[in-house]
Amino acid sequence: MHAEVEVIHPGLFSTIQDFGRRGFQKYGVPLSGVMDRIALKTANLILQNQADAAVMEITQMGPKLKFSAATKIAISGAYLSPKLNDREIENNEVVKINKDDVLSFGKPELGMRAYLAILDGFKTEKVLGSRSWYEDITQHSKLEKGIKLLYEASEEEKYETHAALKFDNTYLNSEEIEVFPGPEYEKLHETLKSHLRQSKFSIDKNNNRMAIQLSEILENVLDPIITGPVLPGTVQLTPGGKLIVLMRDCQTTGGYPRVLQLSEKGINMMAQKRAGDKIRFLFKF
Amino acid sequence: MGERGILIEFQPEISEKLLEKLLFYKNKLEEFYTEVNVEVINTYNSLLISYMFSIENLYDEILTVKKLFDEAKIGKINNQQVFHLPVCYDEEFGWDLELIAEEKELSKEEIIKLHTAPFYTVYFTGFLPGFLYLGGLDKKLQISRKNQPRMKIEKGAVGIGENQTGIYPKSSPGGWQILGNCPVQLFDKNNDPPCGISAGDKVKFYSVSKAEFEEISAQVSEGKFQLKKENYAR
Repeated sequence: MHAEVEVIHPGLFSTIQDFGRRGFQKYGVPLSGVMDRIALKTANLILQNQADAAVMEITQMGPKLKFSAATKIAISGAYLSPKLNDREIENNEVVKINKDDVLSFGKPELGMRAYLAILDGFKTEKVLGSRSWYEDITQHSKLEKGIKLLYEASEEEKYETHAALKFDNTYLNSEEIEVFPGPEYEKLHETLKSHLRQSKFSIDKNNNRMAIQLSEILENVLDPIITGPVLPGTVQLTPGGKLIVLMRDCQTTGGYPRVLQLSEKGINMMAQKRAGDKIRFLFKF
Repeated sequence: MGERGILIEFQPEISEKLLEKLLFYKNKLEEFYTEVNVEVINTYNSLLISYMFSIENLYDEILTVKKLFDEAKIGKINNQQVFHLPVCYDEEFGWDLELIAEEKELSKEEIIKLHTAPFYTVYFTGFLPGFLYLGGLDKKLQISRKNQPRMKIEKGAVGIGENQTGIYPKSSPGGWQILGNCPVQLFDKNNDPPCGISAGDKVKFYSVSKAEFEEISAQVSEGKFQLKKENYAR
Protein backbone atom coordinates (compact mmCIF):
# COMPACT_ATOMS: atom_id res chain seq x y z
CA MET A 1 0.00 0.00 0.00
CA HIS A 2 1.30 3.43 -0.93
CA ALA A 3 1.95 5.72 1.97
CA GLU A 4 3.49 9.15 2.38
CA VAL A 5 5.74 11.06 4.71
CA GLU A 6 4.49 14.63 4.80
CA VAL A 7 6.94 17.44 5.49
CA ILE A 8 5.36 19.62 8.22
CA HIS A 9 8.52 21.65 8.68
CA PRO A 10 11.62 21.26 6.47
CA GLY A 11 14.34 22.00 9.06
CA LEU A 12 17.69 23.33 7.89
CA PHE A 13 18.63 21.15 4.93
CA SER A 14 17.55 17.63 4.14
CA THR A 15 17.58 15.54 0.97
CA ILE A 16 16.78 12.03 -0.20
CA GLN A 17 19.93 10.05 -1.06
CA ASP A 18 21.11 6.57 -1.97
CA PHE A 19 24.56 5.46 -3.16
CA GLY A 20 24.39 7.97 -6.02
CA ARG A 21 24.46 8.06 -9.83
CA ARG A 22 26.83 5.74 -11.59
CA GLY A 23 27.70 5.95 -15.26
CA PHE A 24 26.95 9.62 -15.92
CA GLN A 25 30.20 11.36 -14.91
CA LYS A 26 31.14 11.48 -18.59
CA TYR A 27 28.14 13.75 -19.14
CA GLY A 28 29.25 16.04 -16.32
CA VAL A 29 26.69 14.70 -13.83
CA PRO A 30 27.94 14.57 -10.21
CA LEU A 31 28.00 11.19 -8.46
CA SER A 32 25.93 12.49 -5.51
CA GLY A 33 24.70 9.98 -2.93
CA VAL A 34 24.87 10.00 0.86
CA MET A 35 27.73 12.01 2.37
CA ASP A 36 28.29 9.31 5.03
CA ARG A 37 28.02 5.80 3.62
CA ILE A 38 28.72 4.17 6.98
CA ALA A 39 25.53 5.67 8.45
CA LEU A 40 23.45 4.75 5.39
CA LYS A 41 24.58 1.14 5.59
CA THR A 42 23.99 1.02 9.35
CA ALA A 43 20.46 2.43 9.16
CA ASN A 44 19.49 0.10 6.29
CA LEU A 45 21.07 -2.89 8.01
CA ILE A 46 19.03 -2.29 11.16
CA LEU A 47 15.82 -2.46 9.09
CA GLN A 48 17.17 -5.35 6.96
CA ASN A 49 16.72 -3.14 3.91
CA GLN A 50 18.79 -3.44 0.77
CA ALA A 51 22.09 -1.68 1.41
CA ASP A 52 21.33 1.13 -1.05
CA ALA A 53 17.67 1.75 -0.16
CA ALA A 54 17.03 5.52 -0.31
CA VAL A 55 17.24 7.37 3.00
CA MET A 56 16.77 10.94 4.17
CA GLU A 57 20.00 12.82 4.86
CA ILE A 58 19.37 15.36 7.63
CA THR A 59 21.77 18.22 8.31
CA GLN A 60 21.95 19.61 11.86
CA MET A 61 18.44 20.99 12.42
CA GLY A 62 16.07 18.19 11.52
CA PRO A 63 12.62 18.38 9.90
CA LYS A 64 9.19 17.60 11.33
CA LEU A 65 7.60 14.69 9.48
CA LYS A 66 4.20 12.99 9.59
CA PHE A 67 3.65 9.40 8.49
CA SER A 68 0.39 8.42 6.73
CA ALA A 69 0.62 4.73 7.61
CA ALA A 70 2.42 2.19 9.78
CA THR A 71 6.04 1.31 9.06
CA LYS A 72 9.42 1.05 10.79
CA ILE A 73 12.29 3.49 10.79
CA ALA A 74 15.88 3.67 12.01
CA ILE A 75 18.15 6.68 12.43
CA SER A 76 21.96 6.52 12.18
CA GLY A 77 24.90 8.89 11.94
CA ALA A 78 24.69 12.18 13.83
CA TYR A 79 22.64 12.32 17.03
CA LEU A 80 20.15 15.16 16.51
CA SER A 81 17.85 14.39 19.49
CA PRO A 82 15.03 12.67 17.57
CA LYS A 83 11.53 12.46 19.06
CA LEU A 84 8.52 10.40 18.02
CA ASN A 85 5.44 12.38 19.02
CA ASP A 86 6.56 13.39 22.54
CA ARG A 87 8.85 10.47 23.23
CA GLU A 88 12.60 10.66 22.88
CA ILE A 89 14.02 7.90 20.67
CA GLU A 90 17.51 6.51 20.19
CA ASN A 91 19.73 6.25 17.14
CA ASN A 92 20.56 2.83 15.72
CA GLU A 93 17.43 0.98 16.71
CA VAL A 94 14.20 -0.09 15.06
CA VAL A 95 11.38 2.36 15.81
CA LYS A 96 7.80 1.31 15.08
CA ILE A 97 5.65 3.96 13.44
CA ASN A 98 1.86 4.12 13.57
CA LYS A 99 -0.47 6.09 11.32
CA ASP A 100 -0.27 9.86 11.97
CA ASP A 101 2.88 9.61 14.10
CA VAL A 102 5.09 12.72 14.00
CA LEU A 103 8.87 12.56 13.97
CA SER A 104 10.83 15.65 14.96
CA PHE A 105 14.34 16.56 15.97
CA GLY A 106 15.88 18.73 18.67
CA LYS A 107 19.35 19.81 19.63
CA PRO A 108 22.20 18.58 17.41
CA GLU A 109 24.35 16.79 19.98
CA LEU A 110 26.92 14.81 18.02
CA GLY A 111 28.05 14.86 14.36
CA MET A 112 26.73 16.78 11.35
CA ARG A 113 24.39 14.52 9.39
CA ALA A 114 21.76 12.00 10.50
CA TYR A 115 20.23 9.35 8.25
CA LEU A 116 16.60 8.35 8.43
CA ALA A 117 15.93 4.96 6.89
CA ILE A 118 12.43 3.61 6.36
CA LEU A 119 11.33 0.01 5.78
CA ASP A 120 12.08 -0.81 2.09
CA GLY A 121 13.41 2.71 1.46
CA PHE A 122 11.84 5.94 0.22
CA LYS A 123 10.19 5.43 -3.17
CA THR A 124 10.78 8.90 -4.60
CA GLU A 125 11.53 9.32 -8.33
CA LYS A 126 14.56 7.59 -9.83
CA VAL A 127 16.43 9.74 -12.37
CA LEU A 128 19.47 8.47 -14.28
CA GLY A 129 19.53 5.38 -12.10
CA SER A 130 19.40 7.02 -8.68
CA ARG A 131 16.98 8.62 -6.23
CA SER A 132 19.63 11.05 -4.96
CA TRP A 133 18.38 14.64 -5.07
CA TYR A 134 20.38 17.10 -7.14
CA GLU A 135 19.30 20.44 -8.55
CA ASP A 136 17.88 20.23 -12.10
CA ILE A 137 18.28 16.46 -12.17
CA THR A 138 15.54 15.55 -9.70
CA GLN A 139 12.29 17.45 -9.15
CA HIS A 140 13.36 18.54 -5.66
CA SER A 141 16.79 19.57 -4.45
CA LYS A 142 15.96 19.97 -0.76
CA LEU A 143 13.13 19.23 1.63
CA GLU A 144 10.38 21.86 1.60
CA LYS A 145 7.16 22.25 3.51
CA GLY A 146 4.30 20.23 2.04
CA ILE A 147 6.43 17.81 0.01
CA LYS A 148 5.12 14.24 0.27
CA LEU A 149 7.61 11.38 0.12
CA LEU A 150 6.38 7.97 -0.97
CA TYR A 151 7.00 4.73 0.89
CA GLU A 152 5.36 1.32 1.12
CA ALA A 153 3.31 0.84 4.27
CA SER A 154 3.79 -2.39 6.16
CA GLU A 155 1.41 -3.55 8.86
CA GLU A 156 2.51 -7.12 9.32
CA GLU A 157 5.53 -8.24 11.28
CA LYS A 158 7.91 -9.32 8.58
CA TYR A 159 10.40 -10.68 11.04
CA GLU A 160 11.48 -10.37 14.60
CA THR A 161 15.15 -10.06 15.35
CA HIS A 162 16.60 -10.75 18.73
CA ALA A 163 20.25 -10.39 17.86
CA ALA A 164 21.63 -7.21 19.35
CA LEU A 165 23.69 -5.16 16.97
CA LYS A 166 26.50 -3.01 18.28
CA PHE A 167 27.68 -0.05 16.29
CA ASP A 168 30.98 1.71 16.55
CA ASN A 169 30.22 5.42 16.54
CA THR A 170 33.70 6.66 17.38
CA TYR A 171 34.20 7.82 13.76
CA LEU A 172 31.72 10.64 14.46
CA ASN A 173 34.17 12.59 16.60
CA SER A 174 37.54 11.28 15.55
CA GLU A 175 39.93 13.99 14.38
CA GLU A 176 41.97 11.75 12.12
CA ILE A 177 41.01 11.74 8.46
CA GLU A 178 42.64 9.06 6.30
CA VAL A 179 44.25 10.37 3.11
CA PHE A 180 46.44 9.32 0.22
CA PRO A 181 48.77 11.70 -1.60
CA GLY A 182 46.91 13.28 -4.54
CA PRO A 183 48.13 13.48 -8.16
CA GLU A 184 49.90 16.85 -7.57
CA TYR A 185 51.18 16.08 -4.04
CA GLU A 186 54.76 15.47 -5.18
CA LYS A 187 54.95 18.95 -6.69
CA LEU A 188 54.55 20.55 -3.25
CA HIS A 189 57.48 22.00 -1.29
CA GLU A 190 58.82 19.83 1.52
CA THR A 191 57.70 22.39 4.12
CA LEU A 192 54.14 22.32 2.82
CA LYS A 193 54.18 18.52 2.73
CA SER A 194 55.21 18.27 6.36
CA HIS A 195 52.64 20.97 7.21
CA LEU A 196 49.94 18.78 5.66
CA ARG A 197 51.26 15.76 7.54
CA GLN A 198 51.54 17.38 10.96
CA SER A 199 49.22 20.35 11.40
CA LYS A 200 45.65 20.50 12.51
CA PHE A 201 43.13 22.12 10.20
CA SER A 202 39.72 23.56 10.99
CA ILE A 203 36.44 23.16 9.16
CA ASP A 204 35.27 26.44 7.64
CA LYS A 205 31.65 27.59 7.82
CA ASN A 206 31.72 27.38 4.04
CA ASN A 207 30.77 23.74 3.73
CA ASN A 208 28.03 21.84 1.93
CA ARG A 209 27.39 18.69 -0.10
CA MET A 210 29.68 19.92 -2.88
CA ALA A 211 32.74 20.83 -0.85
CA ILE A 212 34.10 21.53 2.61
CA GLN A 213 36.61 24.36 2.92
CA LEU A 214 39.33 24.41 5.54
CA SER A 215 39.99 27.74 7.23
CA GLU A 216 43.80 27.85 7.21
CA ILE A 217 45.63 29.73 4.46
CA LEU A 218 48.68 27.95 3.05
CA GLU A 219 51.42 29.36 0.93
CA ASN A 220 50.68 28.07 -2.54
CA VAL A 221 53.17 28.37 -5.36
CA LEU A 222 51.63 25.68 -7.57
CA ASP A 223 50.16 26.75 -10.88
CA PRO A 224 46.68 25.64 -11.87
CA ILE A 225 46.65 22.37 -13.81
CA ILE A 226 45.05 21.64 -17.17
CA THR A 227 41.43 20.84 -16.21
CA GLY A 228 41.45 17.22 -15.06
CA PRO A 229 39.23 14.64 -13.31
CA VAL A 230 38.26 15.04 -9.66
CA LEU A 231 36.32 12.74 -7.33
CA PRO A 232 34.57 13.03 -3.98
CA GLY A 233 37.41 13.18 -1.46
CA THR A 234 39.81 15.07 -3.72
CA VAL A 235 41.50 17.90 -1.79
CA GLN A 236 42.27 20.90 -3.98
CA LEU A 237 44.67 23.73 -3.20
CA THR A 238 43.33 27.04 -4.55
CA PRO A 239 45.53 29.86 -5.88
CA GLY A 240 44.61 31.74 -2.68
CA GLY A 241 46.09 28.92 -0.57
CA LYS A 242 42.88 27.36 0.74
CA LEU A 243 42.30 23.63 0.95
CA ILE A 244 38.96 22.50 -0.45
CA VAL A 245 37.77 18.97 0.27
CA LEU A 246 35.43 17.94 -2.52
CA MET A 247 32.39 15.99 -1.34
CA ARG A 248 29.68 13.84 -2.95
CA ASP A 249 27.99 16.52 -5.10
CA CYS A 250 31.28 17.83 -6.53
CA GLN A 251 31.78 18.64 -10.20
CA THR A 252 33.42 15.96 -12.30
CA THR A 253 36.46 18.00 -13.40
CA GLY A 254 38.56 20.79 -11.91
CA GLY A 255 41.59 22.96 -12.56
CA TYR A 256 43.16 23.33 -9.10
CA PRO A 257 46.07 21.10 -8.03
CA ARG A 258 44.81 17.92 -6.33
CA VAL A 259 47.12 17.58 -3.37
CA LEU A 260 45.35 14.87 -1.33
CA GLN A 261 42.71 12.22 -1.79
CA LEU A 262 40.60 11.10 1.18
CA SER A 263 39.94 7.41 1.68
CA GLU A 264 36.31 6.25 1.62
CA LYS A 265 36.35 6.17 5.42
CA GLY A 266 37.92 9.65 5.40
CA ILE A 267 35.04 11.01 3.28
CA ASN A 268 32.47 9.45 5.62
CA MET A 269 34.20 10.99 8.63
CA MET A 270 34.55 14.37 6.94
CA ALA A 271 30.79 14.30 6.27
CA GLN A 272 30.22 14.37 10.04
CA LYS A 273 32.39 17.42 10.78
CA ARG A 274 30.87 20.75 11.76
CA ALA A 275 32.19 24.28 11.24
CA GLY A 276 34.99 24.89 13.76
CA ASP A 277 35.85 21.20 14.24
CA LYS A 278 39.55 20.30 14.00
CA ILE A 279 40.98 17.57 11.80
CA ARG A 280 44.37 16.02 11.12
CA PHE A 281 45.35 14.15 7.98
CA LEU A 282 46.44 10.58 8.61
CA PHE A 283 48.58 9.54 5.63
CA LYS A 284 48.09 5.97 4.46
CA PHE A 285 51.28 6.08 2.38
CA MET B 1 43.25 8.57 -6.71
CA GLY B 2 42.39 7.06 -3.35
CA GLU B 3 40.56 3.74 -3.16
CA ARG B 4 38.03 4.46 -5.86
CA GLY B 5 39.95 5.73 -8.84
CA ILE B 6 42.90 4.96 -11.09
CA LEU B 7 44.18 8.08 -12.82
CA ILE B 8 46.23 7.73 -15.99
CA GLU B 9 47.96 10.94 -17.01
CA PHE B 10 49.61 11.80 -20.30
CA GLN B 11 51.81 14.80 -21.16
CA PRO B 12 50.17 18.09 -20.16
CA GLU B 13 48.95 19.35 -23.53
CA ILE B 14 45.72 20.09 -25.33
CA SER B 15 45.80 18.51 -28.76
CA GLU B 16 43.57 16.48 -31.03
CA LYS B 17 46.30 13.91 -31.45
CA LEU B 18 46.38 13.26 -27.71
CA LEU B 19 42.56 13.25 -27.55
CA GLU B 20 42.50 10.57 -30.24
CA LYS B 21 44.92 8.45 -28.24
CA LEU B 22 42.92 8.95 -25.02
CA LEU B 23 39.63 8.02 -26.67
CA PHE B 24 41.18 4.93 -28.15
CA TYR B 25 42.37 3.73 -24.74
CA LYS B 26 39.06 4.78 -23.23
CA ASN B 27 37.25 2.52 -25.71
CA LYS B 28 39.55 -0.34 -24.82
CA LEU B 29 38.88 0.16 -21.12
CA GLU B 30 35.13 0.44 -21.67
CA GLU B 31 35.12 -2.80 -23.65
CA PHE B 32 36.88 -4.45 -20.74
CA TYR B 33 34.86 -2.96 -17.88
CA THR B 34 31.36 -3.84 -18.94
CA GLU B 35 30.00 -3.92 -15.41
CA VAL B 36 28.02 -0.89 -14.35
CA ASN B 37 30.09 -0.07 -11.27
CA VAL B 38 33.09 1.13 -13.24
CA GLU B 39 33.15 4.25 -15.39
CA VAL B 40 35.93 5.68 -17.54
CA ILE B 41 36.09 9.43 -18.14
CA ASN B 42 38.59 11.49 -20.09
CA THR B 43 39.73 15.10 -19.87
CA TYR B 44 42.38 16.87 -22.02
CA ASN B 45 45.28 14.68 -20.91
CA SER B 46 43.89 12.20 -18.39
CA LEU B 47 41.82 9.07 -18.14
CA LEU B 48 40.10 8.28 -14.86
CA ILE B 49 38.81 4.80 -14.13
CA SER B 50 36.19 5.58 -11.52
CA TYR B 51 34.84 2.81 -9.27
CA MET B 52 31.56 3.01 -7.43
CA PHE B 53 33.10 1.21 -4.44
CA SER B 54 36.61 0.70 -3.12
CA ILE B 55 38.97 -1.26 -5.36
CA GLU B 56 39.56 -4.64 -3.77
CA ASN B 57 43.05 -5.38 -5.01
CA LEU B 58 44.69 -2.24 -6.33
CA TYR B 59 47.89 -3.89 -7.57
CA ASP B 60 46.04 -6.53 -9.58
CA GLU B 61 43.82 -3.83 -11.00
CA ILE B 62 46.77 -1.69 -12.10
CA LEU B 63 48.45 -4.72 -13.70
CA THR B 64 45.26 -5.45 -15.62
CA VAL B 65 45.09 -1.88 -16.92
CA LYS B 66 48.78 -1.91 -17.88
CA LYS B 67 48.28 -5.12 -19.80
CA LEU B 68 45.32 -3.64 -21.68
CA PHE B 69 47.42 -0.63 -22.63
CA ASP B 70 50.37 -2.73 -23.78
CA GLU B 71 48.20 -4.89 -25.98
CA ALA B 72 46.33 -1.98 -27.53
CA LYS B 73 47.45 -0.71 -30.91
CA ILE B 74 46.34 2.84 -31.59
CA GLY B 75 43.72 2.96 -34.31
CA LYS B 76 41.30 5.55 -35.57
CA ILE B 77 38.25 6.66 -33.65
CA ASN B 78 35.15 5.91 -35.65
CA ASN B 79 31.79 7.61 -35.86
CA GLN B 80 32.93 11.18 -35.35
CA GLN B 81 29.99 13.45 -35.95
CA VAL B 82 29.55 17.15 -36.60
CA PHE B 83 26.71 18.85 -34.75
CA HIS B 84 25.44 22.13 -36.19
CA LEU B 85 24.24 24.37 -33.40
CA PRO B 86 22.24 27.57 -33.93
CA VAL B 87 23.41 30.68 -32.05
CA CYS B 88 21.58 34.00 -31.90
CA TYR B 89 24.17 36.78 -31.65
CA ASP B 90 21.45 39.44 -31.17
CA GLU B 91 22.34 42.18 -28.67
CA GLU B 92 19.71 40.80 -26.30
CA PHE B 93 21.97 37.76 -25.74
CA GLY B 94 25.40 39.01 -26.78
CA TRP B 95 26.07 40.87 -23.54
CA ASP B 96 29.78 41.30 -24.21
CA LEU B 97 29.82 41.65 -28.00
CA GLU B 98 30.54 45.35 -27.79
CA LEU B 99 33.32 44.92 -25.27
CA ILE B 100 34.96 42.20 -27.40
CA ALA B 101 34.56 44.34 -30.53
CA GLU B 102 36.31 47.22 -28.82
CA GLU B 103 39.12 45.21 -27.25
CA LYS B 104 39.81 43.08 -30.31
CA GLU B 105 39.17 45.89 -32.83
CA LEU B 106 36.66 43.81 -34.75
CA SER B 107 33.16 44.54 -36.02
CA LYS B 108 30.27 42.43 -34.66
CA GLU B 109 29.97 40.80 -38.07
CA GLU B 110 33.63 39.84 -38.00
CA ILE B 111 33.26 38.34 -34.52
CA ILE B 112 30.30 36.24 -35.67
CA LYS B 113 32.21 35.14 -38.77
CA LEU B 114 35.26 34.14 -36.74
CA HIS B 115 33.15 32.31 -34.16
CA THR B 116 31.02 30.35 -36.66
CA ALA B 117 33.89 29.31 -38.97
CA PRO B 118 35.73 26.55 -37.04
CA PHE B 119 34.81 22.93 -36.51
CA TYR B 120 35.30 22.92 -32.73
CA THR B 121 36.54 19.71 -31.16
CA VAL B 122 34.64 18.32 -28.17
CA TYR B 123 37.34 17.27 -25.70
CA PHE B 124 35.10 16.17 -22.84
CA THR B 125 32.05 17.09 -20.75
CA GLY B 126 32.50 18.48 -17.24
CA PHE B 127 31.84 21.43 -14.91
CA LEU B 128 28.04 21.17 -15.31
CA PRO B 129 25.85 18.38 -16.71
CA GLY B 130 26.15 18.77 -20.51
CA PHE B 131 28.90 21.42 -20.49
CA LEU B 132 31.19 20.68 -23.45
CA TYR B 133 34.85 21.65 -23.36
CA LEU B 134 35.44 22.88 -26.92
CA GLY B 135 38.84 23.48 -28.49
CA GLY B 136 39.70 25.37 -31.66
CA LEU B 137 38.74 28.98 -30.93
CA ASP B 138 40.28 31.46 -33.41
CA LYS B 139 43.27 33.25 -31.86
CA LYS B 140 41.75 36.59 -32.87
CA LEU B 141 38.88 35.92 -30.46
CA GLN B 142 40.96 34.87 -27.44
CA ILE B 143 40.12 37.17 -24.57
CA SER B 144 40.58 37.01 -20.80
CA ARG B 145 37.71 36.08 -18.52
CA LYS B 146 35.80 38.69 -16.56
CA ASN B 147 37.66 39.84 -13.43
CA GLN B 148 34.45 39.59 -11.49
CA PRO B 149 32.37 36.55 -12.56
CA ARG B 150 28.68 37.20 -13.15
CA MET B 151 26.35 35.80 -10.51
CA LYS B 152 23.98 34.51 -13.15
CA ILE B 153 24.50 33.57 -16.76
CA GLU B 154 21.42 32.50 -18.74
CA LYS B 155 20.82 28.93 -19.84
CA GLY B 156 22.10 28.50 -23.40
CA ALA B 157 24.54 31.42 -23.18
CA VAL B 158 27.49 31.03 -25.54
CA GLY B 159 30.74 32.41 -24.20
CA ILE B 160 34.46 32.67 -24.76
CA GLY B 161 37.31 32.75 -22.26
CA GLU B 162 41.04 32.39 -22.97
CA ASN B 163 41.32 29.76 -25.72
CA GLN B 164 37.98 28.11 -25.03
CA THR B 165 34.40 28.56 -26.12
CA GLY B 166 31.30 26.85 -24.80
CA ILE B 167 27.61 26.84 -24.02
CA TYR B 168 26.16 27.05 -20.50
CA PRO B 169 23.69 24.12 -20.40
CA LYS B 170 21.86 25.69 -17.45
CA SER B 171 21.91 29.05 -15.74
CA SER B 172 24.90 29.33 -13.45
CA PRO B 173 27.50 31.80 -12.19
CA GLY B 174 30.32 32.23 -14.69
CA GLY B 175 33.24 34.35 -15.83
CA TRP B 176 33.21 34.01 -19.61
CA GLN B 177 32.51 36.81 -22.09
CA ILE B 178 29.06 36.22 -23.56
CA LEU B 179 28.48 36.36 -27.35
CA GLY B 180 25.01 34.95 -27.84
CA ASN B 181 22.58 32.19 -26.97
CA CYS B 182 22.01 28.69 -28.29
CA PRO B 183 18.34 27.56 -27.94
CA VAL B 184 19.12 23.84 -28.23
CA GLN B 185 18.84 21.75 -25.08
CA LEU B 186 22.21 20.03 -24.71
CA PHE B 187 21.37 17.93 -21.68
CA ASP B 188 18.07 16.13 -21.15
CA LYS B 189 17.84 13.91 -18.09
CA ASN B 190 14.93 12.03 -19.68
CA ASN B 191 17.03 10.89 -22.63
CA ASP B 192 19.44 7.99 -22.70
CA PRO B 193 22.15 9.11 -23.17
CA PRO B 194 21.24 12.48 -21.63
CA CYS B 195 23.66 14.28 -23.94
CA GLY B 196 24.02 13.23 -27.57
CA ILE B 197 27.33 14.99 -28.17
CA SER B 198 30.42 13.25 -26.83
CA ALA B 199 34.19 13.52 -26.67
CA GLY B 200 35.77 13.42 -30.13
CA ASP B 201 32.75 14.90 -31.92
CA LYS B 202 32.80 18.28 -33.66
CA VAL B 203 30.57 21.29 -33.11
CA LYS B 204 29.94 24.04 -35.65
CA PHE B 205 27.89 27.13 -34.85
CA TYR B 206 25.63 28.94 -37.31
CA SER B 207 24.13 32.36 -36.81
CA VAL B 208 20.34 32.73 -36.54
CA SER B 209 18.15 35.84 -36.27
CA LYS B 210 16.02 36.67 -33.24
CA ALA B 211 12.92 35.41 -35.08
CA GLU B 212 14.59 32.12 -35.98
CA PHE B 213 15.79 31.80 -32.38
CA GLU B 214 12.20 32.13 -31.11
CA GLU B 215 11.01 29.56 -33.64
CA ILE B 216 13.71 27.05 -32.68
CA SER B 217 13.04 27.63 -28.96
CA ALA B 218 9.38 26.81 -29.52
CA GLN B 219 10.28 23.65 -31.45
CA VAL B 220 12.71 22.63 -28.71
CA SER B 221 10.10 23.00 -25.97
CA GLU B 222 7.64 20.92 -28.03
CA GLY B 223 10.33 18.31 -28.54
CA LYS B 224 10.18 18.78 -32.33
CA PHE B 225 13.55 20.35 -33.02
CA GLN B 226 15.86 18.19 -35.11
CA LEU B 227 19.54 18.88 -34.49
CA LYS B 228 21.53 18.93 -37.73
CA LYS B 229 24.29 16.38 -37.63
CA GLU B 230 26.43 14.53 -40.15
CA ASN B 231 29.47 12.30 -40.20
CA TYR B 232 32.69 14.22 -39.96
CA ALA B 233 34.78 13.92 -43.10
CA ARG B 234 38.38 14.82 -42.57
